[in-house]
Amino acid sequence: MNRRRLLTAGFAVATLAAFPAPSFALDAAQARRLIDEVVADINRVINSGRSEQAMYADFERLFVRYADVPTIARSTLGPQARSASPQQMAAFTDAFAGYMARKYGARFREFIGGQIVVRDARAVKSFFEVQATAELRGQAPFAVTFLVSDRSGQNKFFDLLIEGISLLTTERTEIGAMLDRRRGNIDQLIQDLRGAS
Amino acid sequence: MTAFRTKSFATVVAAAALALVAGCGGPAPIPSGDAVQDPFEAQNRQTHEFNKNFDRYGVRPASQVWGAVLPPPVRRSAMNFAVNLDTPTYVFNDILQGEIDDAAHNLIRFVVNSTIGVAGLFDAAGGMGLEARKSDFGQTLHVWGATEGPVVEVPVFGIYTSRHAYGTAVDIVTNPARLVLPFNTPWLNSAVIEVLDTRYSLGASIDASLYDSADSYALSRSIYLQNRRFFLAGGETEDYFDPYEELFGE
Repeated sequence: MNRRRLLTAGFAVATLAAFPAPSFALDAAQARRLIDEVVADINRVINSGRSEQAMYADFERLFVRYADVPTIARSTLGPQARSASPQQMAAFTDAFAGYMARKYGARFREFIGGQIVVRDARAVKSFFEVQATAELRGQAPFAVTFLVSDRSGQNKFFDLLIEGISLLTTERTEIGAMLDRRRGNIDQLIQDLRGAS
Repeated sequence: MTAFRTKSFATVVAAAALALVAGCGGPAPIPSGDAVQDPFEAQNRQTHEFNKNFDRYGVRPASQVWGAVLPPPVRRSAMNFAVNLDTPTYVFNDILQGEIDDAAHNLIRFVVNSTIGVAGLFDAAGGMGLEARKSDFGQTLHVWGATEGPVVEVPVFGIYTSRHAYGTAVDIVTNPARLVLPFNTPWLNSAVIEVLDTRYSLGASIDASLYDSADSYALSRSIYLQNRRFFLAGGETEDYFDPYEELFGE
């Protein structure tokens, strides 16, 4: 490398260091950092030795903090979301968060003693894909993928996939079926979600 | 004349099959998410109810006995043994798919585990960093360009795409290890170990999908299709669902 190019490169690095990227423009490194935090918190909860009820509450807090819950909740309602009032959407979003924490909190119990390791992050379409591996005791490692976006105004994940099975897609099917069973009655759905696992 | 007709009919079928497979060139496209072709849904749902009862009164209790009676190391060895007997099928399909690296990888696994691994009881190759790389004839058909077809709920076996169902039938009747060993027939064989052990280790998740869901058929179908397509795409999802497109109407 010639001396001039080296100087230019050095100058570029110095400039970059002096002006850190603005925090609202999400990049792969930030997406990865977010998931590093999520994973560290999940690992902490599953190895905390607390009671199941306490762990569900912890999971709900993590879910609300790191996931774009309003977008996920709205998406699971499908076209019905358009006819819901803002009050109904708020109540549904809240009930949905509790339902998710109880349902998937019970699954995360199987992770106790294991760990999730973040591997790689890259841009896909208008969001970021963060690849991780779950290494559980006595099981072959499996792929866990988080999808991260800043479209909500904050860096949040909006989907989590295990071996290609998307939480968002699966819950769209499940909530859609629950809504069909209640003939599209969102209030009934909200009430039942508060009690459902 | 009849013989001639039969022969020409067979030729036409074979030609059509070849056209189906060769016409497209390269692997068939992978549908996104859990988009589904389900023209036999009513029939499939009936079979799903039968399969649920088969699980409730058969597979599930049997898997609980399996898990309760056998200590984890014994279960792991049983599972290793069963997977080892499937490995020649992987090699066979790797070759048909032109994946020579994978064929060699799986062949080495089979040789190492059958010898050093004591007839497959221990995954010695896995310990050397040679992990299992599954392949099946349904995947081979995909690589050859056959599309996945409508979903079918097969009695006892569960939900499959048509392509995967045909592929599984071919794998069952062509597996040399299962056919040659005593007590192994195409219909009753070491695959029972895999079913019981998987049903036991994924017990809570499977229970939740089958017995605590609003529509267990729709949920099982969605989960199966997503996972199968992920496998066929080589452990990747090609087309993620983006909820913001819906929200912002892009």
